[in-house]
Amino acid sequence: MRDLPRGYRDTQEPGKYRVAESSGENYFEFNLGPHSWKQFLFPPKQSVSSCKKTDNGWEFTTNVDSPPKFAFLGVRACELAAIEVQDRVFMEGPFVDPVYQARRESTFIIAVNCTVAASTCFCTSMGTGPKCKSAFDLALTELDDGFVVEVGTTRGRSMISDLNIRKIDREHASDSQLLQQRACDQITKRMDTSGIRNLLLENLDHPHWDDVAKRCLSCTNCTMVCPTCFCSSVTEVSNLSGDQIERERQWDSCFNVDFSYTASGTVRDDVRSRYRQWLTHKLASWHDQFDSSGCVGCGRCITWCPVGIDLTAEVAAIRNTPFSNRTLPVIQPVSKAACAFPKDVKP
Amino acid sequence: MNATPDLTKARRSSEPWHTFPVTIRRVCAEAPNVMTYDFEFDNHADAQQYAFAPGQFNMLYVPGAGEAAISIAGRTSEGRFLKHTIRTVGVVTQAIAKGGVGMSLGLRGPFGTSWPVDFFSHPFLKRDVIVVAGGIGLAPLRSLVLFLIQHREKVGSVRLLIGARSPEDVVYESELNEWSENGVEIHVTVDRPSLNWRGQVGVVTLLLGRIAIPSPQSTLVMTCGPEVMMRYVAKSAMDRKIPTENVWLTLERNMNCAIGLCGHCQLGPKFICKDGPVFRYDYVRDLLRVQHF
Repeated sequence: MRDLPRGYRDTQEPGKYRVAESSGENYFEFNLGPHSWKQFLFPPKQSVSSCKKTDNGWEFTTNVDSPPKFAFLGVRACELAAIEVQDRVFMEGPFVDPVYQARRESTFIIAVNCTVAASTCFCTSMGTGPKCKSAFDLALTELDDGFVVEVGTTRGRSMISDLNIRKIDREHASDSQLLQQRACDQITKRMDTSGIRNLLLENLDHPHWDDVAKRCLSCTNCTMVCPTCFCSSVTEVSNLSGDQIERERQWDSCFNVDFSYTASGTVRDDVRSRYRQWLTHKLASWHDQFDSSGCVGCGRCITWCPVGIDLTAEVAAIRNTPFSNRTLPVIQPVSKAACAFPKDVKP
Repeated sequence: MNATPDLTKARRSSEPWHTFPVTIRRVCAEAPNVMTYDFEFDNHADAQQYAFAPGQFNMLYVPGAGEAAISIAGRTSEGRFLKHTIRTVGVVTQAIAKGGVGMSLGLRGPFGTSWPVDFFSHPFLKRDVIVVAGGIGLAPLRSLVLFLIQHREKVGSVRLLIGARSPEDVVYESELNEWSENGVEIHVTVDRPSLNWRGQVGVVTLLLGRIAIPSPQSTLVMTCGPEVMMRYVAKSAMDRKIPTENVWLTLERNMNCAIGLCGHCQLGPKFICKDGPVFRYDYVRDLLRVQHF
């Protein structure tokens, strides 16, 4: 408990994050720091396999991750949504990521309902918060004289069975409601998500991408703090003699130039195409790939952008300046069954 | 298309990072800077279990250098070795070229979609096939050509159109005779003829414009080459009244994990590694028109 930032709050603006003492003694009066829970479920660095040189050539071993059992305390509604988004990425495709799966399945989640909001929050626009609705074992709402506990799973119920708790009374229930409403009321940032997939994919040659490219430093901060960004690269970590090698998977970013390198050239070789890739993936093509938005409205990419680029403003700019000079066709969603499946062919 | 993606399903529960040890047993120069390598699985059990479909790819792994996604060119005629035709460009392919015969390395795979070989499962519904290759683009089509030869009785006419920069850039030259003896009609064209070149000169789409296409509705076009070439192949096919849904192509993007989890190979909504690399043209046509996408 002493590790919690009791009596502190954060203020967030585009490109600005400050921690300050608050007037009260609450444990959860802050919103979100730069680090999401992604760092535990999808570690920034993770060895996936290793190899050893022997007299008979290389020997390969797939590394089995034996993660600690995690309990996450203070997971906000947008963060729960982000975990659910990554669940779909890492566990529901044709290939399951063994590292993520092992960690995810052993994680116990104690969520916290936000009672305040930052100026960068827009979970209400993304339909993810501020109230925690699912994917938690326990959810807390902090009142001045204690916590309201909501049980999400049987695991959660057995966890609290030994605690000194009592049934919620009407006064506490209404306080809890009011505090959650306060968070809601404090959210001022909005993103109009209506038809957003087509809006962005119909505007791939909109001049506004050039405008963002002038400001964007392509520094990768937004992708590092984003709780759903999942891009990675495997790098070789060798010992000095080069006969023992670890293959380490590290977070990567679509803002890096070499990210789209191919033998026939780099596909996205300017900032314009890289920012466009990030935004259209997050808000548009993510729907085609994973049946949801890739954005949960946590606002981290706004706060931690060194030049304060605000994706909600970029989307609004595209929406509000219809571009009639279109030369590109609308990219239609295509059913997943539209590809040839591999079939076992014997030589 | 057909039912269950058997291989993908089988690998779902297994380790996606599992790497087979393999050894290079033979190297054959194909063209300047392009070599065909014959790989042998070090473990008999791996060799027994490994199966691929024409058009799929492997990740070849040189410890210390990294992995490269390379299309499977098929097996050697006796079936013992796995063939990969590789242009030496990056760190990994340079290491492979340097390693040569006897080099030990790793292989993950097979990954990705295949050419639509299910079209050739009905002997009473024979379709004509036009295979169009640009340079080293013939590599992922080699196993398709071998498949078509093997299933000759279920396929209509098979035409192979090869375009190369110069005569010496034509790959698998030593096999072309054998293929044409087995009922594959082969046309080769080059951009820059040598002095003794007696064949066609010009881009490969010209060939597509010249050959007879008696029943475009039941003609399939499968192509691999530079993206711009494939787009023109598709356009020429349309001009010849071949429906867009009969045109198939294979795409190249940066591949790191090969299992759709690393994000590198995206083209709009598509992950080239798991939704491709082989696509029906009409499903990616619009995506290919977007610059730097």
